[in-house]
Amino acid sequence: MFKYFEPNKIFPLTSKAIKYVLFLFIIVLTVGLTEALILSPEDYKQGDAARIMYVHVPAAWISLGVFSSLALLSVGSFLFKNKNFSLIAKSLAPSGFVFSIIALVTGSIWGKPTWGTWWAWDARITSMLILVIFYGMYLLAWRVYENNEKAIKVTSMIAIIGAVNIPIIKFSVDWWNTLHQPASINILSTNTAIHSSMLIPLSIMTAAFALFSLLIFLMKYNTELIKVKNKGLNRL
Amino acid sequence: MYGKKVKLRFIFLVLILASVILTVFLILQSLKENVVYFQSPSEIKSLEELNKKKIRVGGMVKERSVFINSNEINFIITDFKNEINVIYSGAVPNLFAEGKGVVAEGFLKDKNYFSATKILAKHDENYKPPEVKEAIGDK
Repeated sequence: MFKYFEPNKIFPLTSKAIKYVLFLFIIVLTVGLTEALILSPEDYKQGDAARIMYVHVPAAWISLGVFSSLALLSVGSFLFKNKNFSLIAKSLAPSGFVFSIIALVTGSIWGKPTWGTWWAWDARITSMLILVIFYGMYLLAWRVYENNEKAIKVTSMIAIIGAVNIPIIKFSVDWWNTLHQPASINILSTNTAIHSSMLIPLSIMTAAFALFSLLIFLMKYNTELIKVKNKGLNRL
Repeated sequence: MYGKKVKLRFIFLVLILASVILTVFLILQSLKENVVYFQSPSEIKSLEELNKKKIRVGGMVKERSVFINSNEINFIITDFKNEINVIYSGAVPNLFAEGKGVVAEGFLKDKNYFSATKILAKHDENYKPPEVKEAIGDK
């Protein structure tokens, strides 16, 4: 699987893709923000404070999604000794890290007016904090270990072990009493607890954030490819 | 199909994951009481003995149970099976309302009487515009 992947062939594609993704991101973000901040109605109970959901929820989703991808790529990298998987994971991690922090911070800003507290040690919030710490460890491990072989092994292990936390975050609101409300959207059923006029901006914002992740990924990945090239390797 | 080394690494991964999952599961099991953010009135009722530690009680604010006099507020937290009286002095969050979720932090006087030092509003998962709420009622 991609054993003889050649950076020389991929690099022109990824560097060209950046400007298209950037263009698309700006359009989707503009539409999403207009929908979320101006066109969508206020919430019946929370008023305008509910609008923070349009940043909070997509950020949380993407940070979970990115970490799951890190774990899967790490499994691939560990089992098949495929360095490209590690490079992809390494380039994905920073945007996931940023989004996990955004989810915590926006949650805190929302929590003060609605719950009456900035922070609560409930299961959802604490497990999300653990995710941030795992992201931090993952990114730091890449810098701590100068030996590339070792860095790949350590980071893969961090991502795989950290993945155990992902279902805990997802189901924390169902397994335990938490201050955080249960999920409004269930992929397995059609009835959501969010009215469609609010679901549309939420979806667009999710797409915008996903595009942002992709953009940062492509930039980081290109840098990694250039590093590989500079080492004089034609393939990994 | 795959080499022997890949198989060995796979077994290694499975073992690591199994042990991590088991460890986390056992830790969460033994910490059960600390992982839950609040207890329901029914759980309070079934307590063997009252302890003096600060605890949190959560549930719904019972309809027509809120009384505000001078600087004190009285209300009942219910889980529709059992109830507990709460007394609190101080400001309540904006979303505190009858029929809505609430978490009170404080001390148990006895099994029916709770003296709160902090009130948090628990939001539910519903998001809808005001017109829709009026059209379909409170449910």
